Amino acid sequence: MTEQIHCGQCNPPGVFAARAGRTMLAGAWNENPIAIQILGICSALAVTRSAQAALVMGAAVTFTAIFTNLLVSLLRRFMPQSVRLIVQMLIIATFVSVLDELLKAFHPEMSKELGAYVPLIITNCIPMGRAEGFALRNGPALSMLDGAANGLGYTGVLLMVGSIRELAGNGTIAGFRILGDWYVKSDFTLSPSGAFIVLGLLIVCYNAIRLRAARAKEAAHD
Amino acid sequence: MTESGFTEAAAIILAAIFTGNILLHYFLGMCSFLACSREISTAAGLGLAVTFVTVATAPINWLIYNCLLAPFNLTHLWLLAFITVIAGFVQVLEMVVERVSPTLYSALGIFLPLITVNCAILGASLFAIIRGYNVWQCLLYSLGAGLGWMLAIVLMAGLRRRMQYADMPAAFAGVASAMVIAAIMALAFMGLGGVIEMKLALSK
Repeated sequence: MTEQIHCGQCNPPGVFAARAGRTMLAGAWNENPIAIQILGICSALAVTRSAQAALVMGAAVTFTAIFTNLLVSLLRRFMPQSVRLIVQMLIIATFVSVLDELLKAFHPEMSKELGAYVPLIITNCIPMGRAEGFALRNGPALSMLDGAANGLGYTGVLLMVGSIRELAGNGTIAGFRILGDWYVKSDFTLSPSGAFIVLGLLIVCYNAIRLRAARAKEAAHD
Repeated sequence: MTESGFTEAAAIILAAIFTGNILLHYFLGMCSFLACSREISTAAGLGLAVTFVTVATAPINWLIYNCLLAPFNLTHLWLLAFITVIAGFVQVLEMVVERVSPTLYSALGIFLPLITVNCAILGASLFAIIRGYNVWQCLLYSLGAGLGWMLAIVLMAGLRRRMQYADMPAAFAGVASAMVIAAIMALAFMGLGGVIEMKLALSK
């Protein structure tokens, strides 16, 4: 019970759990950051040449989103409205700098492969968009959860795009050979144009699933 | 400028606009590319603003990195420095434009906050450092990157206008179809790679 006090609104535990569940579902599926909110498309296209790179990038964005949301939520009563954006940006830039240095130290090859796209998380709209859209109005616990949910929704899409591009381009997923030697490698899905097509068609599938679900719900109501 | 210098300059600009287009090849600035590409005039205004801010901030960031951070071994602070320069520049620009030209302000005003989080601008500054350009190359590259971004978003706005009344399956509406259009555009821009290589070979 005592930790409920930290969530800002002093909700009874049941209400908090329900809100937590809704926050999680909204971030990961119903309001998926890439498919619905159109946030963070840049890296979804750029670092998805392999499933591993996609996973590392997803983890990096999730980390940044969680801690940015936490800090913004804690500071939300002290931040003057006029400098809000710059403060948020500096918070994000600080976490990204830490992340970039860690990656350089412990995983130099991956750091080289991701290149400028790790620093570019600063302008990746997910941490910024969630800080602005959620953490400014909610308590720290829920905000961290929202960051995690959005990060996971984002990682999921990245992983799918990365796996499809790697499989079609190289016949492997995360370095493991899936398709045999008969498979003729093609550079198309590894090229920028292939990235757009794969992500575009994935969003089409996502839309189709949601449209079908909505229609089924309508039919059930009638 | 010597002839080889001229060729090199042309190569940097052409590569930044076409083959290495910051939007269609490096995917930077996608959010505003998708959100603000419904009207050609809006797209052109945003494109101009992005080009201006890129050309102004990339050399400033280059100078800060090479004259201030590198000599004192502070290069790990580059991200904080760059984003502060960009955010600060946009804020100052907003105030100056509002004072000097209210008409330009009302036309550009809505884009200015969007520009701070436009990754094409930060991206151009980062790429100029990572590729080890000197200050002139950095200036040319940022000009090419900005113009390339503007070209891509204006073309996209034109295409989306034509598609407005097309009868598409519901699942393709909005972003999904925009992505597929972008894929075809990226393919066309990739094709220009051969042209630039040929031009360079002929001029040698």
